[in-house]
Amino acid sequence: MHSLAGIAFQILQSVFVVLAAPLLTGWINQCRAWLQNRSAPSILLPYYTLAKLLHKDAVMARDASPLFRLTPYVLFGCMWLAAGIVPVLATDLPFAPAADIIALVGVFALARVFAALAAMDIGTPFGGLGARREMLIGFLAEPAMLMTLFTAAFISGSTQLNSIVETLAHRDLVIYPSLAFAGVAFLMVLLAENARIPIDNPSTHLELTMVHEAMILEYSARHLALVEWAVAIKLFAYMTIGVALFAPWGITEGGDWGGLPLALAALAVKLALAGAGLALIETLLAKLRLFLAPEFLASAFLLAVLGMLIHFLVRG
Amino acid sequence: MAPPPPGFSPLAGAVAVAIAWLAIGLAGLIPAGNALIARRLAFPAGALAGLALAGFGLQAIWLPAARLVLPLGLPDLPFHLRIDALAGFFLTLLGAVAAGITIYAAGYFRKETAGRLALIALQYHVFLASMACVILADDAYLFMVAWETMALSSYFLVTTDHRLPAIRSAGFLYLLIAHLGALAILLCFGVMSGGEGDYTFDALRAAGLGPPGATLAFLLAFFGFGAKAGMLPLHAWLPEAHPAAPSPVSALMSGIMIKTAIYGMVRVIYDLIGGVRWEWGLLVLAIGAATTLFGVLYALVQHDLKRLLAYHSVENIGIILLGLGMSMLFMGFGHPAAGALGLIAALYHTINHAVFKGLLFLGAGTILHSSGLRDLNDMGGLIRRMPNTAFYFLIGALAISALPPLNGFVSEWLTFQTALQAPLLEHGVMRSLVPLFAASLALAAALTAMCFVKVYGIAFLGQPREARHATPAPGGGHDAGALERIGMAWLAAGCFVLGLLPGTFVQMLDRVSVSLSGGGLPAEALESSWLWLVPTAAEQASYSPVIFLSVIVAATLLAFLLVRGLYHGRVRYSDPWDCGYPERSSRMQDTADAFGQPIRHVFGPLYLMKRHLPAADDPAPRYSIKIEDRHWYLLYLPIARLAEFVSSKVGLLQRGRISIYLLYSFLTLIALLVFVR
Repeated sequence: MHSLAGIAFQILQSVFVVLAAPLLTGWINQCRAWLQNRSAPSILLPYYTLAKLLHKDAVMARDASPLFRLTPYVLFGCMWLAAGIVPVLATDLPFAPAADIIALVGVFALARVFAALAAMDIGTPFGGLGARREMLIGFLAEPAMLMTLFTAAFISGSTQLNSIVETLAHRDLVIYPSLAFAGVAFLMVLLAENARIPIDNPSTHLELTMVHEAMILEYSARHLALVEWAVAIKLFAYMTIGVALFAPWGITEGGDWGGLPLALAALAVKLALAGAGLALIETLLAKLRLFLAPEFLASAFLLAVLGMLIHFLVRG
Repeated sequence: MAPPPPGFSPLAGAVAVAIAWLAIGLAGLIPAGNALIARRLAFPAGALAGLALAGFGLQAIWLPAARLVLPLGLPDLPFHLRIDALAGFFLTLLGAVAAGITIYAAGYFRKETAGRLALIALQYHVFLASMACVILADDAYLFMVAWETMALSSYFLVTTDHRLPAIRSAGFLYLLIAHLGALAILLCFGVMSGGEGDYTFDALRAAGLGPPGATLAFLLAFFGFGAKAGMLPLHAWLPEAHPAAPSPVSALMSGIMIKTAIYGMVRVIYDLIGGVRWEWGLLVLAIGAATTLFGVLYALVQHDLKRLLAYHSVENIGIILLGLGMSMLFMGFGHPAAGALGLIAALYHTINHAVFKGLLFLGAGTILHSSGLRDLNDMGGLIRRMPNTAFYFLIGALAISALPPLNGFVSEWLTFQTALQAPLLEHGVMRSLVPLFAASLALAAALTAMCFVKVYGIAFLGQPREARHATPAPGGGHDAGALERIGMAWLAAGCFVLGLLPGTFVQMLDRVSVSLSGGGLPAEALESSWLWLVPTAAEQASYSPVIFLSVIVAATLLAFLLVRGLYHGRVRYSDPWDCGYPERSSRMQDTADAFGQPIRHVFGPLYLMKRHLPAADDPAPRYSIKIEDRHWYLLYLPIARLAEFVSSKVGLLQRGRISIYLLYSFLTLIALLVFVR
């Protein structure tokens, strides 16, 4: 399991995720522009933005505490770790046993707590507002996510993302009704956790509606670049979790270099479709009023719990 | 922890520590110049004794049970003492956590007047010794004596500031509920002994109750100990008594004392009654889930820091009960391995909560001492004035929010793993109910994270909210002193050790489970190295916090070095962006009430709210909100009114004239003669 090839695969996958994540963001923005009859920006725009931000001088509020300066790096580290847990290209990677789905949810929670704390650090009204809203969304999205993953864990009898993907990838085409419920719930959580419409709008700075943008208002230059990059990796990680749970076919095994091109191609196709789908959803839906967000997420939570119960009903 | 000298058994050592604590408390009374002993020596010595106790406890976990009979107490009724793996574990908890809190207390109480200090030192150490005796007791008599000493000494500690009426009434409420609980526990021992008159635990173990008797004893034990633990609906004393007590005492009560109730539950239900039934587990689970959600939802709407922490103790007791309940459920259905996992999860959370809640109460104590503030709405920006306290408090806050790789995450992970054993159950309804309890735990964990973002963000980050608190009072505003820092650092280190080496602690707890119920984890789970935590089998679930932490640190460092190395590091400092509105002031930040507002909105019907909204033309607008517990109006006040009604009727008998009382005696005698003849 801990062969050199496995470790090489692990490093390769981690670097791949970090480098490829902005591409997915660029692709989604491009699709959104097409669907909304705008002329689309280059798919590489997120990379240009990152490069621009990294070269600028950072402006920081005078009262910023060390926590504020540390947070972008912690966010980036957390998301990178998450990307290392998810089987993106291959299963059976050496790092996978160190953290299972509960730990994965824990990493996202850790990042969320740090982001919210940093938002409150300067003491501007917007920071507190963003942190409060983010935690409001988080407290319902997190259990919903956990319940979704538990449904998959009950099907495969394991909380290791690895074992889950292997079980699901090698099944005959059986349709699990519980997974259908979990899938809908997961989609809702994905939208909420990644600050997408209908919960949040990544392209607005309107005070009545913004959540995520309000939290990072005080960041600039390289700190902002890291935060934006972490956001891109988070979206990538969520999309690949979705792919791993609901469409795991084509994934290779750690150390199997021959399967790599196929796995890469399969992933590219799946993510391209998923990204286009996400853009379509965002174009079709309108943003919800903030206090409808708990209802939206509560239904995600209940759907996930229902999925879990259905698993027992159908099996028993 | 120093290894105990050879030839000194853990039991003798533990008894010696208990006696040492008593002696330290008494020595503090010696009126040497300005209470020199109580001020300089008592607390550090008490902390050392705690360390020794932790060492003896650790040793006892691995040794077979040992007994001792002390010819104390009543003539025919000597004290029986026994130490086994379960007692060893709780003694470790008591010793290790008390060591940190006591060394903190040495700094915290330094400025007290001589008379008060001597009294505090006495009550404090008697309190510690009584907790050790509760854990060591091997007969119902000693157990109840120690239990009552614990209740009384903590009552006196709670009412240290007895000149304030609010504190007196908080103390009374605590004493009342503690005694209701003690009454139930006494009755429970009575039911178990079945009128045989032998109250040693061995006799109670051998009693062999039938199902109705066992269930009755279980109910009495569950509610009796539950009253001390702060479980719903007997939690009302906790949010009153914890804020009333001095902070190290709050830390002791919340960190350790309510855990002795968990000890009592496990001891009586698993060991003395035995033959755990799954119906009991269901009751424990239901109350545990209700307690968990109630605790965290009420914590979220508090703005008094210590009250908020007290409600979190209620929540965490609920989480422990969830683990215990699942364990009983699995054991009752004949799955000892899953049952052992639940018990281990519950006990792991017990020690975790002791460590991080102790730490958080100490942090709250430093804030209170230094700034005189307890209301979160007045705080803000404390990280700049007290960076050390802020650092330790952050560790505690992350740990209680169940974030990896700290300790709170490990026990919640284990509880989730227990819930994921649900497919083992044959009972269809139970199989689908258990994951629902896991869902309530998931919800509570996420809400806790929200609550501690609120606490930390509002107390330590941002700017001071009120101009009058922006500059500290004369003589205040300093960070924690050296002794206080040592105490907090010790507990913060505990959060890391318990979080990073779960494999080692799970092996210890497995010993406890085996010695209690005979069932333990499967062999594969125990074979794994210290690096790994494997509850059942490696392909089912595993977690390695050390690797987890190293990867996260490595990734963060790598990002830091790359950005630093590749790009220039210029930083300009300026005012925060005012969003084009230059009138921004620190009063515009979120207050604690504002941060809890979404929760009040979403869970509105749960609370009893009294709100005062200022009118539009109010020149000095103040907003206030008061949130009350519905239990007061639905449960406590009706009972109080009933008690008053009954006593007013009983009062009719009291005429205050001797002749009438003689008449009562006469009538009683006549009645007795009629019946006895």
